[in-house]
Amino acid sequence: MVTIRNPGSALRLTLIAGAALTLAACAHKPSYPTATTAPPVAQRAPEPRGPTAPPRTEPVTQNALPGSERDFAINVGDRVYFDYDKYSVRDDAGPILEAQSTWLKRYPAVQVRLEGNCDERGTQEYNLALGARRANAVREYLIAHGVAAGRITTVSYGKEKPIDPGAGEQAEAHNRNAHTAIVSGARMQ
Amino acid sequence: MTTAWTFSKRTLLLGLGSVPAAALLTPAAARADIEVNVNRADVQPLPIALPAFGGGQVGSDIAGVVSADLARSGLFRPLDPASFIERDLNSAIVPRFPAWKQINAQALLNGQATAVGDRLQVDFRLWDVAQEKQLLGTHMEGSAESWRHIAHKISDAVYQQLTGEKGYFDTRIIFVAETGGRGSRTKRLAIMDQDGANPSYLTDGSAIIMTPRFSSTSQEITYMELRPQGSKIYLLNLDTARSESLGDFKGMVFAPRFSPDGAKVAFSVERAGNSDIFVMDLKNHATARLTTDPAIDTSPSFSPDGTKIVFESDRSGSPQIYIMGADGSNPKRVTFQAGRYNTPVWSPTGDYIAFTKQTGGEFHIGVMKPDGTDERILTSSYMDESPAWAPNGRVIMFCRESGGGGRKLWSVDITGRFLQPMPYPGAGSDPAWSPLLN
Repeated sequence: MVTIRNPGSALRLTLIAGAALTLAACAHKPSYPTATTAPPVAQRAPEPRGPTAPPRTEPVTQNALPGSERDFAINVGDRVYFDYDKYSVRDDAGPILEAQSTWLKRYPAVQVRLEGNCDERGTQEYNLALGARRANAVREYLIAHGVAAGRITTVSYGKEKPIDPGAGEQAEAHNRNAHTAIVSGARMQ
Repeated sequence: MTTAWTFSKRTLLLGLGSVPAAALLTPAAARADIEVNVNRADVQPLPIALPAFGGGQVGSDIAGVVSADLARSGLFRPLDPASFIERDLNSAIVPRFPAWKQINAQALLNGQATAVGDRLQVDFRLWDVAQEKQLLGTHMEGSAESWRHIAHKISDAVYQQLTGEKGYFDTRIIFVAETGGRGSRTKRLAIMDQDGANPSYLTDGSAIIMTPRFSSTSQEITYMELRPQGSKIYLLNLDTARSESLGDFKGMVFAPRFSPDGAKVAFSVERAGNSDIFVMDLKNHATARLTTDPAIDTSPSFSPDGTKIVFESDRSGSPQIYIMGADGSNPKRVTFQAGRYNTPVWSPTGDYIAFTKQTGGEFHIGVMKPDGTDERILTSSYMDESPAWAPNGRVIMFCRESGGGGRKLWSVDITGRFLQPMPYPGAGSDPAWSPLLN
């Protein structure tokens, strides 16, 4: 703690010459205030695509237990990619998300968290908002394909959790994604 | 995290008999004939002599800290002590001015540190060498361990006397200390003195910490914590260590910043993918929504008088800077030049708004007048972001990341001339400057 020995003059530097300089000294839960307007999922015109989604790195194997997290990651695909500064679901992401929704309807106990991610060519706060848009775009896609809304939560990691630690366009393309993370309800491998 | 010093200061009453009467009678209003302009880029740094204060090691250390402070401002050029001719100077006698004129010193700071029990007494005098005139004479006293704090106060006094602007040296920086490579970064809340001394961690690294911001009126901060379960905004009083969450929200909460009086926090709330700006009264947690656009609205920052908020929005199709009333009224776009504009921050003195700009594949820190005119780009690199104002509104600290490299804290003055890395060896991001310490 700061204690001032002489309160009367503590904030003042006095000059011998008579001039004085002043050194200026410078939880309860709130409810969500109002309803928000949901933005359109794909309101922007399509732009030239960046590098295409990278191939999945895990070898495709047949030994994943159906209904397991591994089954989902290997045989369905747990990540879709986005164009620079975009959050509309790309054409090449559609089949993956349809497979995700089919799988999720087959295993109705599974709860998922959609994690929106961005490349590093944006500022932190803007990217948090952009990642949230991406996570929500995938959420709406899955809901439109029959997955119950109550099974899905979303989070944005902005540019804080890149899956590709490299720099350059390829790394940036990898890092613009939405990851469907299984939170609970999957069968144990 | 409690500050461990005590401190006081008063008029210096030593050695009056030896000071010329002319010096004693200098009118209060008369500024030194030497003056440093902080707002112009074409000024030469002022040559200043900073001999070791008397009193042994601590006297020498104090002069060293003052010298480093003034040199880093870019406005002063501390002279090499090896060139000094007068060696037996002490704070109770008038300097032999010809000896200082001979080495082209324009200002001279000398002093004496004296240990009295566990207290430290420091006397210092600032001299205008050409006019042979004393400009400052001050006695300061504090606990022995507060010597760096006293040194920064002396730097502030010298800076203010010679520039006419308030100093910013007796301040701290709250920031995010980063360890680990890209992809596996640990991001902890940390604090240090503005010169990089006394760094310490305030969180354990289990959650990602982002965007800590100081209150401009107290040693209180607000910051965001990011976990897989979502984000939260916290308030933390650095003096009492008392911490409090703004509460639970559906969706992400981020980009918190205090109102100038410290009574409110403006921040973004995301719901169903749409981010809007809200403001919370910290007394009763009453929350008001300020924007309703389906675009991204974030990075709110109050004007120093509290009547306006500058923020970024991509409602035009790309992120640009807007200003609205503090109640959300009458939003108006202020940036129209080419490029993407992010993270506007209103200066504490009100005359500029700092921002991050993306153009031509690079990121820049810049400043402009609050009406969007007089844009000045201060920096360019692969990634510059997160500008933070010094309390005097004349220096900006920011985060720079080189391609493939770690993130470091840098500073630049508003002329863009004095660009330099912060003297902190580790990786860091998201700096925020404290108000002047008491």
